[in-house]
Amino acid sequence: MNAIEIEHISKNYKTVSAVKDISLSVKEGEIFGLIGPDGAGKTTLFRIMTTLMLADAGKGRICGFDIVKDYAQIRQIIGYMPGRFSLYQDLSVQENIDFFATMFGTTLQDNYETIREIYSQIEPFRKRKAGKLSGGMKQKLALCCALVHKPSVLFLDEPTTGVDAVSRKDFWNMLYRIKASGVTVFVSTPYMDEAGLCDRMALIRQGNIIDTGTPAEIVAKYPYALLAVKGTPMYPLLKELRKLDGVISCFSFGDSHHLAYDPAKTQKENILAAAVAAGFKDCTAWEIKPGIEDCFMQLSEQ
Amino acid sequence: MKEFFAFIKKEFLHIFRDKRTILIVMIMPIVQIILFGFAISTEVNNVRVAIVGDTTDPEVRKVIDRIDNNKYLTVTEILSNTNEISPKFQRNEADVAVCFSRNFDSELHSGGKASIRIIGDGSDPNTAQMITSYVSGAIQDEQDDITIDYAGEQKTSMSPVVQLMYNPAMKSSYNFVPGVMGLILMLICSMMTAISIVKEKETGTMELLLVSPVKPLWIIISKAMPYLVLSIANFVSILLLSHYVMEVPVNGSLFLLSGVALLFIIASLAIGLLISVIASNQRTALLISGMGLTMPTMIFSGIIFPCESMPEILQWVSHIIPAKWFIIMVKKIMIQGDGFVYIIKELSILAGMAAALLAISIKSFKTRLQ
Repeated sequence: MNAIEIEHISKNYKTVSAVKDISLSVKEGEIFGLIGPDGAGKTTLFRIMTTLMLADAGKGRICGFDIVKDYAQIRQIIGYMPGRFSLYQDLSVQENIDFFATMFGTTLQDNYETIREIYSQIEPFRKRKAGKLSGGMKQKLALCCALVHKPSVLFLDEPTTGVDAVSRKDFWNMLYRIKASGVTVFVSTPYMDEAGLCDRMALIRQGNIIDTGTPAEIVAKYPYALLAVKGTPMYPLLKELRKLDGVISCFSFGDSHHLAYDPAKTQKENILAAAVAAGFKDCTAWEIKPGIEDCFMQLSEQ
Repeated sequence: MKEFFAFIKKEFLHIFRDKRTILIVMIMPIVQIILFGFAISTEVNNVRVAIVGDTTDPEVRKVIDRIDNNKYLTVTEILSNTNEISPKFQRNEADVAVCFSRNFDSELHSGGKASIRIIGDGSDPNTAQMITSYVSGAIQDEQDDITIDYAGEQKTSMSPVVQLMYNPAMKSSYNFVPGVMGLILMLICSMMTAISIVKEKETGTMELLLVSPVKPLWIIISKAMPYLVLSIANFVSILLLSHYVMEVPVNGSLFLLSGVALLFIIASLAIGLLISVIASNQRTALLISGMGLTMPTMIFSGIIFPCESMPEILQWVSHIIPAKWFIIMVKKIMIQGDGFVYIIKELSILAGMAAALLAISIKSFKTRLQ
């Protein structure tokens, strides 16, 4: 049985349609990533799956329970960490955990083992008010609160947004350990570099799922050859490269441009020569393997 | 049940950790009742009387003594003519002036007719009305004595003796205590409950509460419960203050009064829940409860203006204010000492309102986000 199964889910806010005809299935015990930019409809989808919101159309099941009819059962077995820090800022770390444990009919002592690894990191601050914690600490506390009742499915809405790189890495390590204990994890993120860390993922854009699969599958589907190109000045170079024959697309990626081209029409040498001919200095180009972000860009173009 | 108690404990922690909430919930009611009870009083004390007339005239002297001996009135000044009255009023050195006609004594004894003019400061009509009636009361007393002196015996005459039952001293606290009680209970129950629920919506914790297996009904009840407890504490403290400090009696049954208060608290909590459903942020909740509850309660509940003198359409509006019925009942029980039988009408109206509000607010509380 799949842990999450949704079919043809749609949701409109007045005139804006946030989620359009989305179908997904998530296997038990995997980390499933929902990858997409801000405003793609990720939070809406989370709220529909966590029974906080009703979809306009479509149906869904979490561990076999219907997301509309059996909402009470679903609320027993899921853990949810909203995108915004949503704990009581005026309560201490300990009080927050105790409160949420009791709400889910359990206690911190009973489930100490489940969250021990994460909780041990914030335990020294257990008397501190949640509002006075650092960003990374807050996120660990929120995760503890979402995990304290041993949920079967854990929903994490953009857990790493606004968290520094080291804490993000830590966080993903925690997710692997949570997964190892048998929990299905459904996580969303706007960061493409985190996509590769998921077992499987879906790319979402403007309320549509544009692709699903393992990171390897999605990358393998990339239809073009890819070059990283550098040269001075960078921005005019980008415009110049886009004009070239055989170039499908060209985007700025940090310190280089990623250029997709059709190998049947042009070659790396041609592109480099054209750039030099146009008067750009220090031009270099090298073949690269496409990443998730390249795939997202390419799929968005269609 | 454990969930319920954990929830209530959490709610009390919120209240006790926020200084502003403590201020509103615990301090404000006491300050308000003392303020309304003492500072805002419609009684008139220490009225300064200016006299215009011939103070050597024996009859004038007698009237002046009579006025000066009245415990509310003090003669502060003797003026030579009426032109001086206006500057005295303007400089706020006198509250009322009493003018005697020329040759007062001889006119009274020979002609049998002398005139006294009482001039009040009409810029404050309510106070002026009261002061002038004090003064004319004092003069009327003198008139009665004169009549006896001259006729030798008491002539047959009708003189009305006014007595205010239940409040012989005309203490304004008798009117304010029930009113302020209604206002405070309304404010704390409705406003604080609404704000505390809306706050959870605003900070996103409501999302987590809804995702938990706790039934929404329990969320509502446990949100309202601490304010119910606080309101009862406030009710008790107001009652103690008004009894021992303001000396307002509780003539009727204390048990009945508490029952009525509890019913009103429940109605107010239901209104608070209803506001929390409508409002999406704390500011809106505050505005709705301020404009939509406190103002109408002040105006229509008869604390300041008597409802009976309002246009009929406004009187109809006043009927839908729960506080109005509560205040009427409190007055009947506390001041008049009425029993259950005399408040059945008001009690059933308030009970009906409470039941309807409670049903609507529980029904409209959403088990999901908007």
